[in-house]
Amino acid sequence: MTGHRPRNGGGVILLSFIIALMLIIVPMPAWAQDFRPEWTALILLYWSLALPERVGVGVGWLVGLFQDALLGTLLGQHALAFALIAFLALRLHQHLRLVPVWQQAVVVLALLVIAQLVIFWINGMIGRPAPEWQAWAAILVGAALWPLVFHIMRGVRRRFQVQ
Amino acid sequence: MRLVLLATVSILLMSLDHREHLVEPVRETVSGVVYPLRFVVDAPFSIADRVTERLATRHQIMEENRQLRDRHLAYHERLQRMQALERENERLRDLLGSSERLDTEVVIAELMRVELDPHTHLVEIDRGSGQGVFVGQPVLDASGVMGQVDRVGPRSASVRLISDPSHAIPVENNRNGLRTVALGSGDPQRLELANVPGNADIREGDLLTASGLGGAFPRGYPVARVRSVEVEAGEPFARVTAEPVAELDRSRKLLLVSVAGAEAAAEQEEDGAAADDESEDES
Repeated sequence: MTGHRPRNGGGVILLSFIIALMLIIVPMPAWAQDFRPEWTALILLYWSLALPERVGVGVGWLVGLFQDALLGTLLGQHALAFALIAFLALRLHQHLRLVPVWQQAVVVLALLVIAQLVIFWINGMIGRPAPEWQAWAAILVGAALWPLVFHIMRGVRRRFQVQ
Repeated sequence: MRLVLLATVSILLMSLDHREHLVEPVRETVSGVVYPLRFVVDAPFSIADRVTERLATRHQIMEENRQLRDRHLAYHERLQRMQALERENERLRDLLGSSERLDTEVVIAELMRVELDPHTHLVEIDRGSGQGVFVGQPVLDASGVMGQVDRVGPRSASVRLISDPSHAIPVENNRNGLRTVALGSGDPQRLELANVPGNADIREGDLLTASGLGGAFPRGYPVARVRSVEVEAGEPFARVTAEPVAELDRSRKLLLVSVAGAEAAAEQEEDGAAADDESEDES
């Protein structure tokens, strides 16, 4: 990752992504599985809004690639989706920084939808069956959790002075 | 621009991964890098298992031991008959000039408690290429066929269950040898049989075993039991559903089977999904 640059807290960023990846594969009861938010996407969006000069398209792509390997999806599937939303987040970060958290959550919702669309679209191309409507519930959960993620991560960032 | 470059790389990777299986080394490397994550996630569960094992009372263990010993004895008795039958079967096959191998080797693997892509039926096991696991290797549990190895990492592998929508396994009816193909339905409790004619002799309760056609699965292991047969007038094929006999969503201990020569066959037929063409002309 980009931790080699002489800046603070590369380890914290790395650790946050590792925890997010672990949350993606932690077993959950069957009823809750459809509601598992894309933790990695949320963390990625946070960092690319907070530190756009450090975390961006490249990091998003790499994290997505690791998630593909973890989940057994096609290599590059999440990588493409995450690179895309990181790119969009970088484009939008100037505006997003100024608006209240709940408005950010709306934009995050849109970005998560885009990421999910890319993933479903690729699934469709390789002949996987279309997802049921429950698959979209995870996105709503993800967006609803954005304020929480935002405050926790901002706390972490200030505590460890990641910049 | 970086996005365009990385998007191109992604699309290239995906198409290579999907069509050619050329990026296996890349996948194996990345999979090796993320293995510690899987290990860490799985660890609390396996530790909890071990602790409950430790805490079992002496009485429970003795009771279990007694039961297992009884069962062992019963199986041993059956095995003696089996050996005689196997020998006889081999002699008869020799007479017929057929050369089917029945010897199998079994490795026991344990399920790792990590979740994979929710849209497919994959599970992760704690054995990988380091322990001789290969792509296409059949996987069983104590009661029947579970699936086949889909991807191999250095220390873990993912198994595609027979209920995965993209999986097909050639089977035969144990009662009369009727051959067909069992397709995954996406529901762990249900398989669908392809191209069964409306007048075929198949009934509720029939046991379906692996037919060995297609070469991916050794012949004779139980796969599923027929649950319903619906014949609709005007439809060329009957709608037959079957329930897998393996406990696809509950088994923790799995058996990886290798038949002498199966590895070579699996390599030839690189594409893991069981070939259904061969059996179709029979049904």
